[in-house]
Amino acid sequence: MTLDDKENAGKKIPRRTMLRAAAVSAAAALMGASGVQRGGQPAGGGTGKVPGVDKGTLPDANDSTQLYTDPTKITGTLPGKLGTRSPFEQPVKKPSDISSRTPLQDLYGIITPSDLHFERSHAGVPRIDPEKYELLIHGMVERPMVFSLRDLKRFPAVSRIAFIECSGNFRTGKETMTPQEICGLTSQSEWIGVMLSTLFREVGVHPKATWFLAEGSDAAVMTRSIPVEKGWKDAMIAYGQNGEAIRPEQGYPARLFLPGWEGNTNVKWIRRIELSDQPFMTREETSKYTETIRDHKIRQFSFDMDARSIITYPSFPQQVEKGWIEIRGIAWSGRGKIDRVEISTDAGKHWQKAVLQEPVLDKAHTYFRHLWYWDGKPTEIMSLAVDDTGYRQPTMKQLIQARGTDMGGYHVNPVTAWVLKGDGTVLFKPEKWK
Amino acid sequence: MLMKRTGCYRVAAVMVLGMLACHTNTRPPVSDWPSHFGFGKTATSRQIDSLNISIAPDGKGLPSGSGNALSGKAIYLAKCAACHGETGAEPTANRLVAPMGDTTRVKTIGNYWPYATTVYDYIRRAMPFNAPGSLTNEEVYSLTAFLLYRNEVIDSTLSLNAVNLPKIVMPAKKYYVDDDRRGGNEVR
Ligand code: HEC
Repeated sequence: MTLDDKENAGKKIPRRTMLRAAAVSAAAALMGASGVQRGGQPAGGGTGKVPGVDKGTLPDANDSTQLYTDPTKITGTLPGKLGTRSPFEQPVKKPSDISSRTPLQDLYGIITPSDLHFERSHAGVPRIDPEKYELLIHGMVERPMVFSLRDLKRFPAVSRIAFIECSGNFRTGKETMTPQEICGLTSQSEWIGVMLSTLFREVGVHPKATWFLAEGSDAAVMTRSIPVEKGWKDAMIAYGQNGEAIRPEQGYPARLFLPGWEGNTNVKWIRRIELSDQPFMTREETSKYTETIRDHKIRQFSFDMDARSIITYPSFPQQVEKGWIEIRGIAWSGRGKIDRVEISTDAGKHWQKAVLQEPVLDKAHTYFRHLWYWDGKPTEIMSLAVDDTGYRQPTMKQLIQARGTDMGGYHVNPVTAWVLKGDGTVLFKPEKWK
Repeated sequence: MLMKRTGCYRVAAVMVLGMLACHTNTRPPVSDWPSHFGFGKTATSRQIDSLNISIAPDGKGLPSGSGNALSGKAIYLAKCAACHGETGAEPTANRLVAPMGDTTRVKTIGNYWPYATTVYDYIRRAMPFNAPGSLTNEEVYSLTAFLLYRNEVIDSTLSLNAVNLPKIVMPAKKYYVDDDRRGGNEVR
């Protein structure tokens, strides 16, 4: 029964009056109660003086022991300006000095809440005044131009749901690692903005231009060279993320968004695009974001993110019980759609297809599920993604075979196994390569 | 209008799927789009010059000026050594010195960077980490010379400038290959 129903059912106290009185005390209670955070603010704008109601006749909302006893006996929090998370739900990113990871094991579905989107920056998050923001496009173009944020928003807009993943997204080393710690540098949003091709037509990109430089206005003045072809194909200058302006950590007020391409190329806080007929060989595409492979070779411009999957339930530090378990996780590919996810519950001997949850989008995190009866015997479970180019997520052994033991740390996407112990403990199975 | 455009964009995305297609989508996604929307302003050359700090591997964009390892050493000790070590070869988080062939497995300018122009460009745009953008062009030439000298790429007396810097052949250049993986059932 909703409050409105209650009202209709003929309660004696006029609803609005009662709510207003309770608002003040309830808000005070929430703020006073330890460990309870409130993002909204007391609603109703009340002064506390409510005509016709003596506060003493209402339950004492300041009594914090009452807060979680019987919610039907105390008026709840009134509408606020910002939503809140239940104080019982505390998903948090895991920061280091250079990045912060998405808690994949705590998420439902395929959209990463914006405040849990992973972060990676090379000199911190800059503060940018949107009124002063400008994007310069110049070089091999007919008309070099500057666009204000307002200008960018006037162009025809598009939106697209896709992941962004840092290409250095694999950690291993010990059993007690969560999906967040192993590969939490991937997140998914609905990105809203203007297609770069629209801006390319506006400035008249020279037909002989083959690369463009994307430059950020952070203290690293981040730069990457991008083939012009990607710019024409599906690149976006994004200013929106999940229904609101892009968050500062994700590039406010505007970033480059290159679906399926390694995170670093999606230059945040973008201020300049220079069309050219050669790559610039910036530090971020030479010293970093390149990988050593066999025969001392160094592989450069590995833009595509290879297909990958991770089981997020069950995973460390969760605890499971014998019986039915729905294995859940996400799979994604920078080259296209997920074609299928295969699950093994016997350490890789047999594989079965998981159910893919719609929508299965191009270059997007795709949710998978697999119902399984666990007999309680120790085993290993793992997932393997296959994308629509036919690429199969490799094992660590296959990666090392292909790239050698000197394999660098970028674009490492091995099948990831979880060990289920007889007591229901779930542990990561770390595989060494160095 | 929005529906139409988004749909068209999706179709276009499917059509060009696969990196093999050497595709340029230069035509507007919707035929009734104007050739120009007229939003934004023409950039003045002053606006461009004030932002354009990029340097290409052929040297395009390098400023005038010069510097050598000796002057670079003094600047390095004053402005860089606190984080990168007295000689640059110390095992710091961001070690800068390890000549090609030396036993260290750390990737550095000497054993990993393919272009000398990148050293100039990166120092000028991002270093020192605690005061980015504070160095003069001359200082950056000197620091570049110092780091190339310490990595045994050039000798201590060479004065670097816009002409000779791009001509330096870096030891690791020969190892670089372009990624040519295009999906499909192979692991590389
Ligand atoms: C306050 C500490 C600090 C100071 C001072 C500093 N750096 Fe750095 N340097 C860093 C950090 C941190 C990085 C790594 C940044 C990153 O990865 O984005 C770095 C990276 C570098 C790199 C790239 C290394 C590589 O292998 O990619 C070079 C070159 C460099 N610094 C040169 C210099 C020079 C020259 C100076 C002096 C003018 C200097 N640094 C001063 C902290 C510092």
